Order: sequence, then structure tokens, then C-alpha cells
Amino acid sequence: MSMLEIVNMTKLYKTGDGVRNINLTIQEGELVTLLGPSGCGKTTILRTIGGFLDVDGGDVRIAGQSIIHLPPEKRPTAMVFQAYNLWPHMKVYDNLEFGLKLRKVPRQERARRIAEMMALVKMSGMEQKYPGQMSGGQQQRVAIARSLLLKPQVLLLDEPFSALDAKIRQQMREELRKIQTDLNITVAFVTHDQEEAMALSDRVVVMNKGAIEQEGSPQDIYHRPKSRYVADFIGEMNFLQLADNKVLAVRPEHVQVSQGKGGELDGYVRTIMMLGHYIEMTVDTDYGIVKTFISDEQARQYGRGDAVALRFNRRQEYALD
Amino acid sequence: MAILFAFMLFFYGPLMYMFILAFANSYNFPAILPNEYGFMWWAYVFNQPNTLVSITNSFLFAVCSTALSFIICIPAAYALARFQFKGRKLVMFLFLLGNAFPKIGMYTSMGIIFYRIGLMGTFLGVLLIHMLGTMMQMIWLPAGAFRSVPRHLEEAARDAGAGPLRTFFKVTLPVAWPGIAVALLYAFIGSLGESVGTLFVGLPQWRTMMTEMYGVILDFPATAGAVFALLLIIPNFVLLIIMRKYIGAETMAKGFKMG
Repeated sequence: MSMLEIVNMTKLYKTGDGVRNINLTIQEGELVTLLGPSGCGKTTILRTIGGFLDVDGGDVRIAGQSIIHLPPEKRPTAMVFQAYNLWPHMKVYDNLEFGLKLRKVPRQERARRIAEMMALVKMSGMEQKYPGQMSGGQQQRVAIARSLLLKPQVLLLDEPFSALDAKIRQQMREELRKIQTDLNITVAFVTHDQEEAMALSDRVVVMNKGAIEQEGSPQDIYHRPKSRYVADFIGEMNFLQLADNKVLAVRPEHVQVSQGKGGELDGYVRTIMMLGHYIEMTVDTDYGIVKTFISDEQARQYGRGDAVALRFNRRQEYALD
Repeated sequence: MAILFAFMLFFYGPLMYMFILAFANSYNFPAILPNEYGFMWWAYVFNQPNTLVSITNSFLFAVCSTALSFIICIPAAYALARFQFKGRKLVMFLFLLGNAFPKIGMYTSMGIIFYRIGLMGTFLGVLLIHMLGTMMQMIWLPAGAFRSVPRHLEEAARDAGAGPLRTFFKVTLPVAWPGIAVALLYAFIGSLGESVGTLFVGLPQWRTMMTEMYGVILDFPATAGAVFALLLIIPNFVLLIIMRKYIGAETMAKGFKMG
């Protein structure tokens, strides 16, 4: 069942920026990421769903009902922002209780649900702390818990982990994914981090200048990028202009390296860099520098300046713009 | 160190002297310290028929002008902080401008208008004069305090199901409270200290401690004036102690940003 439908939606700012003719459907229990650089309109879309921006055209529906005329407090959505989610003058417990009180949930029931939710986000025992006494990661956990307590039909996450350290970010991602699948929640997630989008999503929507550039599974987006823009934005990519009007795009892990000459492209080893579980080797060719990912054993056969032949296992071609 | 000491002496010296003066029963010229200490002038001041009335009036005007300007200015300060509209900066600037002129000129022109509409010597007339000062305090500082409340905090409240009004009272106002508390303090103290305008518009019907003091200083020995000055300092001092956790350079700085 499609939970969220955005139909031909347009929202323009006075500056002329914004989003035009957005069409997007999210299924029940699906986690969809809106991915793109800052200013591409991903947050604009999220805020029109949450009710913090009015749309200029089109419709936004949740479970078949148009919600564009409802204020935020009447919408079946809950949003988590990048920062400043928790009310600093209230303890964690009061933060969590706020929405439940407004919904007239009885006291005992409130306490039960809060305890349950705090356990789910692994924050039990922190109920009496003030937000200022917790780390950024802990605050975001509570913020997510507070949103989940509202039992939204669609959960909106606006770069919720972007302000956190890399390690905590990764941990939070995994936990969010687990909670989301366990509870079968419908999520729209905004990020500029392509790795995060890949790791989390059922489906990725890549945005460019206020429009959707491509949407598909993470595998689709990674292996079959429809445009040069997507190919460039997602992962690492070599772009080689072989013919006059065509650009060849090859991922570094799809470049096969052998000694000598006679490949699709020949060149000389430029740098060899150890990056942990794989080696990054760059090769100087007539068409520019090609980046390759090779194994440790392979790397030992080569030294700087060696002649190498390159073959491409997988490739994309784009018209030159 | 020496500079600091000189500064302290400059700042607190007169205060100390006033303190000594207030408790001097007799104090004649060649003596450096009073000849005799006691509460004589305190008794004198409190036996004046106007003293208690003027104290009551002072607090009455301070409470009323602060409360009224709070009610009027808080919504205005919120609008100035949150909504972009034409002339927003001009409004902020005009509030400052009112304080840029010598007050006496403004009181004169207000006095003329007050005469015409019969506000001279009335409670309302004096209250309006006091609010001239308190309203500026209640616009600038609270506007700065509101501006520094992150919008996401308000949005999160709406998201959780609170309407705009509930969001304001449960989230915006409490988070902005330190800045607003300071504004209340300054407005209150400012109103207690208002003298020129009150003399102009209020006398002889409405006397406050400040206007009484003018009379006391002119008609009686300095010791009586010192007693009165101490009486004036007490409420300010108490308020400052109560509110000290809110008062800091940061709150002030936030309040005076044009934004």
C-alpha cells in the first residue's frame, strides 16, 4: 500500500529556488532517502510533507488523504531535525511526555510507553536528565524516540545524524534501520551523504536543482546511474573522454589491471596508496588519471612508473554535455 | 591593581558616604565622620505624611508600567524577532530613537498634549510617562531573546501536536525567559527611578519616591536625602540579587543586535 504520495508538487521560494513537479510515492514500511547536495530541494520536500512549508501546486497525500491544508500539529507525521530537537527547559521525560499529554493518553499509559520507547533507543535511565547534560548522539536518540511515541504514519528525518561523529553516525544508522524494520515504519530520510543513503535505504531518490534526477534501489543507483550527475555524485567514478561526444564512466573497482601493454587503455603507475582492506592505485594514461581499487597481493607486483594495461569489467557511457 | 582600586573608590565611595550620612544624627562641618550616629532622620523621613504614599505610588507605577508594557511589547517583540516584514528594522530603530533625545524635550511636548486632553496630574498620565521608558526595555531585550530561540524547537512542538499559542507559552517563552526576565528587571528599576517626567506630569497629585526626594534634598539637611536615597536603593538591590543568574553580558549582547 502506498503510504505517502507526492503528486506533481511544486514549491518555489521568492528567490526562484525550490522544487518543481515532484512525483514520489513511498510504500508502507519503506525507507526512502532523498539524496543530493545542499540547495537541491530535498529538505524543501520534507518540510512540505511535515507542514512547515505551504505548497504552490500539486498535492501531498498520506494514506490516500490530502494533507496540504493541515497545519503541522494536525498532520500524521513526525519530524527529527539535524539539531535543536529537544526542549532544553524540560527533562527528557517531559520532552517525551509532551505529545502524549496533548493526545490525552492516561498517565499510567504514558509512563509505560515512554519506558518502552527509552528501552528501544537504549536510553533507559536517562529520563531525569536535561538535554544539555547529554551528548549529541544521545539527544538524537531521544529526539527519535519522541517522534516514534507520536506513532506517525510517516516519519520524517532531516539529516538527523549529520552533526555526529563518524563512528556514532554509523552506529545510529544501523540501529535506526533495525527499529524501522522491526516496527515497520514508513520513513522519508534526507541526507547529503551518499554512503548513508546507500547503507540505509530501500530506495534512493537522487535530486539535482529542485528536480528528481533518478530513483531506484541502492544497487540500481550505484551500478546503473542514469546521468553523469548521478554517476559523479554516488561513489567513486573515473570519467574518460575517449570518443568526441561520449564520456566513459568506470568505477575504480571495475578496472582490471595487468602488467605490460595491450589493454583497452595503457598507462604507467602513478601512486599506490594503502587504504585498509584494499589498495588505491592511480594510473597515468593518455586520457587522464584512472583510479583503481586492487587487492594487497596485486599491489605488490607493481611499483611506481611500471607500464600497466587496463580493462573495464563494467562501464557506463554518457553523452558529452 | 591601583586602577581597580581607584575605580572602586570612584564607584563605591559616594555610596559608602551616603550610607554613613543616613545614620548620622548630627554631623557638623569640621568633623570628618558624624558626631553622633542614630536613626533620627529615618524617623523623620517616615514621619513625613507623604513618605509612605510616595513609596506606595512608586511601586504602583513600577508594577503597572512593567506589567502593561510586558503585555503590549511581548507580542510585538516576538513579531519583530520572527516575521520578516517591511519596516521591521525601522520599527526597532524608532524605539531606540525615543531614547536618543533629551527626555525633557519630549516631556514638554507631551505635557502640552496632556494638558489639552486632561491627562495632567492623572494616574494614567504618569503611567504613560513611565511606559515611555519601560516599553523600550520590553521590546529590544525580548526581541533578542526570541531571536535566539532555535526555530526547530518551535517546529518540534507544532509537530508534537501543539497549536501556535501553546507552542509559544510552553516552548518559546520559557526558552527566551532569561532575556525577558532581565528586561522586566530593567523596566521595573527604570520606572522606580523615573523622576523628571513624573515631576512634570504628576505633581502635585501624584508623588513618587523620586519626586519626593527632590523636595527633601532642597528643604532638609543632606542626611535626610541620604536616608531617602538608601530607601530607593533597597528594592533595586533586592531585585538584582534575585535576578543575578539571568544578568550577563551575553543576554545584553543578544538584546542589542539589529538582526
